[in-house]
Amino acid sequence: MSAATVQPQQETVADHVGVKNWKAPVGFAIGALVSLLMFAIGSPDQTAIFRISADDDRFRLQDVHLPAPTVGWVVTIVLAAIAVYAFLQVRKGSHISRWAGIAFALFFVTGFLTWVVGSANTPSISLAGLVAGSVTLAVPLIFGSMSGVLCERSGVVNIAIEGQLLSGAFAAAVAGSISGSAFVGLLAAAVAGMLVSVVLAAFSIQYLVNQIIVGVVLNVLVSGVTGFLASTLLSRDPELWNNPPRLPDISIPLLSDIPIIGPILFKQSVVGYLMYFAVIAIYVGLYYTKWGLRVRAVGEHPQAADTVGINVNRMRFWNVVAGGGVAGLGGAFFTLVAVSSFTPDMTAGQGYIALAALIFGRWNPIGAFFAALLFGFATNLQYVLSIVGTSVPSQFLAMLPYLVTILAVAGLVGKSRAPAAGGVPYVKE
Amino acid sequence: MSGENTPKTETTTSTSNDVFRRIVSGSGMVSLLAVVLSMILGGVLIALTNDRVEETASYFFTRPTDMLGAAWDAASSAYIALFQGAVFNWDAKSTAQMFRPFTETLTVATPLILAGLGVALAFRAGLFNIGAQGQIILGATFAGWVGFTLDLPVGLHLLVAIVAGFIGGALWAGIAGVLKARTGAHEVIVTIMLNYIAINLVAYLLFTPAFQNPGSANPISPPIKDSAVFPLLLGSGFRLHLGFLIAVAATLAIWWLLNRSTIGFELRAVGANPNAARTAGISVSKGYIVVMLIAGGLAGLAGVAQISGTERVLTGGIAASFGFDAITVALLGRSHPWGVFFAGLLFGAFRAGGVQMQTQTGTPIDIVLVVQSLIVLFIAAPPLVKAVFRIDVKKKRATSPTALTGGAA
Amino acid sequence: MKLELQGITKRFGSLVANDHIDLVVEPGTVHCLLGENGAGKSTLMNVLYGLYEPTEGSILVDGKPVTFKGPGDAMAAGIGMVHQHFMLIPVFTVAENVALGDEATKAGGVLDLKETRRKIREISDRYHFDVDPDALVEDLPVGVQQRVEIIKALVRNAEVLILDEPTAVLTPRETDELMDIMGQLKAGGTAIVFISHKLREVKAVSDVITVIRRGKVVGTAEPSASTTELASMMVGRQVSLSLNKAPASPGNPTFDVENLTVLSSTGQKTVDDVSFTISEGEILAVAGVQGNGQTELTEAILGLQHHVRGSIKLNGTELVGKSVRDVIRQGVGFVPEDRKEDGLIGAFTIAENLILNWYDEPPFAKGPAMKPAVVRDNAEKKIAEYDVRTESAMATVSTLSGGNQQKVVLARELSRPLKLFIASQPTRGVDVGSIEFLHKRIIAERDGGTPVMIVSTELDEVSELADRIAVMFHGRLMGIVPGNTNREVLGLMMAGMTADEALDQSSGSTATDPGGQP
Repeated sequence: MSAATVQPQQETVADHVGVKNWKAPVGFAIGALVSLLMFAIGSPDQTAIFRISADDDRFRLQDVHLPAPTVGWVVTIVLAAIAVYAFLQVRKGSHISRWAGIAFALFFVTGFLTWVVGSANTPSISLAGLVAGSVTLAVPLIFGSMSGVLCERSGVVNIAIEGQLLSGAFAAAVAGSISGSAFVGLLAAAVAGMLVSVVLAAFSIQYLVNQIIVGVVLNVLVSGVTGFLASTLLSRDPELWNNPPRLPDISIPLLSDIPIIGPILFKQSVVGYLMYFAVIAIYVGLYYTKWGLRVRAVGEHPQAADTVGINVNRMRFWNVVAGGGVAGLGGAFFTLVAVSSFTPDMTAGQGYIALAALIFGRWNPIGAFFAALLFGFATNLQYVLSIVGTSVPSQFLAMLPYLVTILAVAGLVGKSRAPAAGGVPYVKE
Repeated sequence: MSGENTPKTETTTSTSNDVFRRIVSGSGMVSLLAVVLSMILGGVLIALTNDRVEETASYFFTRPTDMLGAAWDAASSAYIALFQGAVFNWDAKSTAQMFRPFTETLTVATPLILAGLGVALAFRAGLFNIGAQGQIILGATFAGWVGFTLDLPVGLHLLVAIVAGFIGGALWAGIAGVLKARTGAHEVIVTIMLNYIAINLVAYLLFTPAFQNPGSANPISPPIKDSAVFPLLLGSGFRLHLGFLIAVAATLAIWWLLNRSTIGFELRAVGANPNAARTAGISVSKGYIVVMLIAGGLAGLAGVAQISGTERVLTGGIAASFGFDAITVALLGRSHPWGVFFAGLLFGAFRAGGVQMQTQTGTPIDIVLVVQSLIVLFIAAPPLVKAVFRIDVKKKRATSPTALTGGAA
Repeated sequence: MKLELQGITKRFGSLVANDHIDLVVEPGTVHCLLGENGAGKSTLMNVLYGLYEPTEGSILVDGKPVTFKGPGDAMAAGIGMVHQHFMLIPVFTVAENVALGDEATKAGGVLDLKETRRKIREISDRYHFDVDPDALVEDLPVGVQQRVEIIKALVRNAEVLILDEPTAVLTPRETDELMDIMGQLKAGGTAIVFISHKLREVKAVSDVITVIRRGKVVGTAEPSASTTELASMMVGRQVSLSLNKAPASPGNPTFDVENLTVLSSTGQKTVDDVSFTISEGEILAVAGVQGNGQTELTEAILGLQHHVRGSIKLNGTELVGKSVRDVIRQGVGFVPEDRKEDGLIGAFTIAENLILNWYDEPPFAKGPAMKPAVVRDNAEKKIAEYDVRTESAMATVSTLSGGNQQKVVLARELSRPLKLFIASQPTRGVDVGSIEFLHKRIIAERDGGTPVMIVSTELDEVSELADRIAVMFHGRLMGIVPGNTNREVLGLMMAGMTADEALDQSSGSTATDPGGQP
């Protein structure tokens, strides 16, 4: 049965044989070892320079200079210390502080950046550009992972994020092009995402087909249909069908001049602002509203929800549809913001990274948001580093999101706890 | 409403069992109808995007037959071209050329069958192996390196390449198996992530001296040596190679493994009811690892079929989309080895014929993806197909008693 | 509010869970439904709560017939239920769980938990529940979780509160606290339906007792009735032995369990310092109410439990620490409690299920190759020998009836030379015709000289098979008594008395069976 029946506390015996979990210390230790080998022993003999401000900024901040060997060793020592702390805590049977994980991540990233920039031919990068580019690259990921949050929190596994993004991109291009209005394109994108979702919901909720299968197959279907139409209709008359207007960036005066965070928060396209809105709305909705309470209940313990009179399957259906709409908007980013035409399979697996961000962010909208940012950062770092000429192969950076996701699901990086009823269709007696 | 024979509310067995049950228990009729229905829908899509149809549609109300005729022409000519490209081309100059399309189908079906077997085998043990793509890449990488680096006698060289390819795929899938068995990490997520890691890994390798073709600036390996190439079965006029016979042998072997061996017994038990398997003394975690090793190995062989059979150089696109198609092949084949074999042939025919269709009628090959995925969707939900064809429409929904409570419950 | 059930019948396929049950619950009373596990109490309450639709019969509230399409309707009618398995969401706070489905909101659908918290505090103070509205449910002890369930019902103004086996998961202290709470609720005018099989608790809190056996009401009793009286009503008259069982002739004690303690993964003791031996040619039956550690005991012997301390020796070989496979290879035959979940693979053929834990041994396999012909021959022989009703050995086992499925399990386990045979609930859900057959097989195994361990919650079965009876309660062994011990004594031991206490109490009263059939 459910986990609701927790055993009586007073009967607990002194030695918890099965309760000790060594995953966290092991994970930390591996990280510290990587740091020792790469950032410390393998450190380049250069100083990494991080430029905070561009030359034409209204406010200017000092550049940050970090000598790679020193930083490498300091980081390694700190990481090792955290690993030891975690080890001792687990041996004592105590709880590992959340801050240990956060501190570990911060130091690791610092060590990594210093190492990677220090190894470059010109060891100097613009932090502002790096961060702003990361956010831009993360926009579709964030939309996609929000779709995942909506679906999976209600108990439906959504592998079809990729298809939802792609259908959104396609619909935005076509509708935007025909109507000449980017906003019509945006609306069409949401509708297209919802359509994909309706199929997902119908098959998984009505016909009880396994949600993973439906998701995978839907991705193929959307790729096929959009690819087919792109090479027929769209390529026959691209002016008419595949020439959507771009959504310009809208700068908010003054605020957009704040170093680093200005461009991120206040110099975005409509889609970018919508993204922030979506994250906040979903977060607030999920944790502070009646709707959110019911969604989470349905995803955790549908039977309990049913016994208090909540229609589990209806709730799931509409959540999946809403999720499709959100992902569709994210798809519009590809054709209305990034470039202004649709090309087949242009989402290139971003839906799967969004899925990874969802899991890495522990099914929490804010967590998924930051996870997607991290993945966007990893992608952007590839581009930036290829410009400054680093010895680190860009492919390894590209692998990073996938690697950390594997570590996350294996429980080596934090504990990701999926909604308890995820993927399980609810059948009433 | 459905589980009338059990007052239990929750089915404790994993959902994959139900799927599996559904895949296996559906009738052949449903499969056939699903194929027909999907091809009709594909035809509609072809017709809708046809120039002539568009023209004639403008005066549909004055002369509707024009448009309907044009639509029929568009769809039927596309499918005829597909058939000519996949099975038999009566317009060809020589008899050999007439049968050439069928050998192309067999050639294309080879990696599909091998990778499809890998996916299907994992299904039978209750695991979703979405990672055939990555496993094909790793298999091709291992086999390719053996093929263009080592110097070995004829025969042995190919054999070593085949074994290397198997090992490459097995190792890659094995990661997912070990993580599933040891940490409970969900294999779907892990295999998806491993796909992308594999893509980046091979992209990286193709820029290293060990893999990159000397003198080339592109991410491409040297061609593999002749001794590591699959011999052609029908001479140089046809691409059909020894790999196809390996696919046939693999189908036989997996059939034997599943239905006639103790390992297969264990794997099926783990997939159908892990609790009962555990009580019977079968190690579930060992089962997960073993099945992923073999499944990955099969996908690795698909990689060998690619590199030693048709491509002969390693590139980032060595796996094409075979890894994803393999999932649909396994589903259409209902995870039975011979089912997978024929599903692989069907989808191989779609692919081979799709090329011909594209050149002859301008119908993009993407239509194959559409038809393929529709087939799988329809097969996964038999009640939908039955409803469309008005057969056996019961009030009851998808939940036939065996599908839900299934013996596995 | 007065609640009446008239002629409620609920069938699941061919199984009749409730057979024309009548019940009247008056306000301000505690009405107890007494019955063994599987007697049909929970089904009845699920009908009442709108979770099941009754096959026949009607529900009346204050004399007016009502139909409940779902729990929502039942709640609206003033019926609240505390399920045996709590319907709480572990990762939610108390307030969130209570609010769910009946949420107070501010503008824009924003949750207003303040109101809920206030109500929780109010109820908590009134009944001394000591529940913190902001605590996470998964962090709460079971007793407190149960109070949250009660609060959930009270917040919705329940006038009839159904408590389904509420003490099954409670410690004795928590049970006492619950009794107090029930008293207070009753005083406040709430009607309580209390479902239990624990006699002392029933006597302590009930105003009216209705006894249910095998889906039927077999009688009503006053709480002043003696424990022995209630026990015999609940378990029924002792049926005359249909089996001509020869007296046991025990040989050497070859199976020896010493100081066995089993911990759950959360560290709770499920089996607590249990020691016993079984001799060759002897049947030891382990009796007890479901969930008192019997399952864990058998699983520990087979090697399915992870945290086991103490010693389990079979013919001098230590079994603790061995894999399931090795234990089976030591000659242990095992019939699991839940055959569908643990004993059979529904999608496999009968032939395959007949070799499920012996598939890789000769003659069924040679190396990695299995021999389908031998497997099939074996199946056909066993099907004939055990009279399994099926069309073919190659039919999947899920097509068989419960009794035939159990025959397959027993045929498998008894068809190899055994050093120890363990059967949990060997005849649960099995038709009457098959029961005798299965029992005879088990006794034949004993007569062949195998030590046999039977776990059963059915006293009929225990009495019929056992040479000696061990009674378990809360993971501990309350004592081992002879096989012919009368069932009143057993009933008392199952309720937590030691053998001596039970014998003392039982000899003081005469056994009567007011509700039983002649």
